Amino acid sequence: MTNASAAVSVSDVSKRFRLYHERNQSVKAAILRRGRARYDEFWALRNVSLDIPHGTTYGLIGENGSGKSTLLKCMARILSPDEGEVSTDGKVSALLELGAGFHPELSGRDNIFLNGSILGLSKAELEAKFDDIVSFAGLEDFVDTPVKNYSSGMYVRLGFSVAINVDPDILLVDEVLAVGDEQFQRKCSEKFADLKDRGKTIVIVSHALGMVRELCDEVALLEHGHLRAVGSPREVIEGYLDVVHDLQGAEGEPLLARGASDGRIQSIAVLDGAGRPVSRLRTGDSVIFRIHYRADEPVHRPVFGIAIDRSDGVLVTGPTTRDSHINTDVINGEGHVDFKVDSLPLLPGSYEIGASLFDLTRSRGFDRRTRILKFDVDPGRPHEHDGIVTLGGSWSGAVFEQPVSR
Amino acid sequence: MAISRTSLWTEYKSARELTLNLTLRELKGKYKRSVLGWTWSLLNPLATIAIFSIVFKYFLRIQAPAGDPSGLKNFALFLVAALLPWNYLNNGLMGSMGALVGNANLVKKVYFPREALVVSNVASWAYSLLIEFGVAVVIYLVFGNMVLPWLPAVLLLIAIQSIFVLGLGLLLSVLNVYFRDVQHLITILLLVWFYATPIVYPISYVIDADNKHPELFGHGIPLLFLYKLNPMVRLVEAYRDVLYDLRFPPLFDLVYVTAFGIATLVVGLWAFRRLQGRLAEEL
Repeated sequence: MTNASAAVSVSDVSKRFRLYHERNQSVKAAILRRGRARYDEFWALRNVSLDIPHGTTYGLIGENGSGKSTLLKCMARILSPDEGEVSTDGKVSALLELGAGFHPELSGRDNIFLNGSILGLSKAELEAKFDDIVSFAGLEDFVDTPVKNYSSGMYVRLGFSVAINVDPDILLVDEVLAVGDEQFQRKCSEKFADLKDRGKTIVIVSHALGMVRELCDEVALLEHGHLRAVGSPREVIEGYLDVVHDLQGAEGEPLLARGASDGRIQSIAVLDGAGRPVSRLRTGDSVIFRIHYRADEPVHRPVFGIAIDRSDGVLVTGPTTRDSHINTDVINGEGHVDFKVDSLPLLPGSYEIGASLFDLTRSRGFDRRTRILKFDVDPGRPHEHDGIVTLGGSWSGAVFEQPVSR
Repeated sequence: MAISRTSLWTEYKSARELTLNLTLRELKGKYKRSVLGWTWSLLNPLATIAIFSIVFKYFLRIQAPAGDPSGLKNFALFLVAALLPWNYLNNGLMGSMGALVGNANLVKKVYFPREALVVSNVASWAYSLLIEFGVAVVIYLVFGNMVLPWLPAVLLLIAIQSIFVLGLGLLLSVLNVYFRDVQHLITILLLVWFYATPIVYPISYVIDADNKHPELFGHGIPLLFLYKLNPMVRLVEAYRDVLYDLRFPPLFDLVYVTAFGIATLVVGLWAFRRLQGRLAEEL
């Protein structure tokens, strides 16, 4: 049932797409094929129901093709569901593509009015907000320049500025947060925080799990068009990482072609200095990353590697046994390999670890699992905050060299 | 179906402003970067009139009838009254077929009432027509045709024609998304339609031809009746009545064209509403 108190209410929504084999875009083709183009249907969304309460920041996550963007487009009324119903309470603005509908020959000023009215603003509202929009985009000197002369950054900034200044009750965002330089990004997050403070509803589709965890109050996980989980970011994202793990582990679908001799990564563990499994570490801790492998047939000259990603997908490091000239002639059966770190240089944040198994020449990959385990790092020693790693350096005091000449 | 609980009135109001802004975009964008700018929208019909006048009046010897009661006898002025409305139909339909396809990016990324794209296209061509008629009126006055009292009638005819063009435009715009060669088919049909409408020749020529060569169209077939089923025949004749002859067009013709226009609009809107659900996927 539709929930009247929700900002966005999705009830039992299904959306079917057609995959055309041969597109019937000519009348001749339509007649030859007796009016029906040949296509397969697939359900991009199947019986999805969820309510997004007023004032929440809501994340939609899932693999590529899980239907999360389709769901967002249904909320934005760009797509209409084949079954079920989406209802929204309040003014909706969608940040799907910035500057969609800008006319290249028209000036920034004209485009603000045009784009604003496409997004549903009246002329009076636009006039009132015009200065805000221009200054937010930082384009005071270029309002009367045709937008075709804008740099791509300026273009996107103007698009973002118009869309966010629509002052929506419900803002739908699809992976467009990473626009502009650092200064502009800061302005964007301030604007989001401001919308959030004023009780507006924000729906975010993203792959950047770290950001979703940070921003969202509630998260929904979609998988192949089905709603898999709804809940707090922590629960759902951990569940998601398990799903990713399960998918790769259970179906054994390796990312690389397997060699004749079957070597596999079984699991990976993060252990503290005493060898106990942990999921939280501190900067400066002693830590062991342990890869459990299984070789059903002998694997000659194996190379093991791990890869640590920050939760937003930045690869932090990817050491391998070959880099350290650790040679094993052959592995057979089950066993493990350790990568020991005396003092963890990672700064506080969330990280994901994966492992790989190759042969020495890297010509044959046996197995590779990315982001199969998550761990968090808390502040430790040194007590630094900004960035990804500590260099373990030390500061001197200020050294006096010579007085300022006047 | 997606349902919004915001009131229909605010939606209507914002749709109206959107249409206005999209129309301005069409108009402002049309002649950007051309030196002569808006002059082109006048030069274009002027050139057509000059060419048609030479070919049809001097080579093919088509005689423009004298205006009744105006007494005006001038082929170019006879042509103008019909050619400008024809251009409006032609441009409005061709533009409508590009309205959705050409704005695919917008349709896929933003929600707004999609009709606005077609309406604004037709509105921009209506605006062009008004300017062209403005110039034509001056020329009529120079040639001694006192058209000024008839201008309200011209506006009425433009309004009636706009309903017709919009209805057909809505239908074609959405059909063209599903079958891209609708536009090529329509190009040919428009050519046939042009010569099936008394634009470069007076309607009396059709009656004469039927009388002189009954075998051409078959005996017993009421050619004129069939010919006049085409709403553009009556519409163009009505424009000519008020601008060239300076008389009020037959009331039945106005009713016929209006009814035809409204029926077209109903069909166009129905088809558009029915087919627009999957626009974002099909584009």
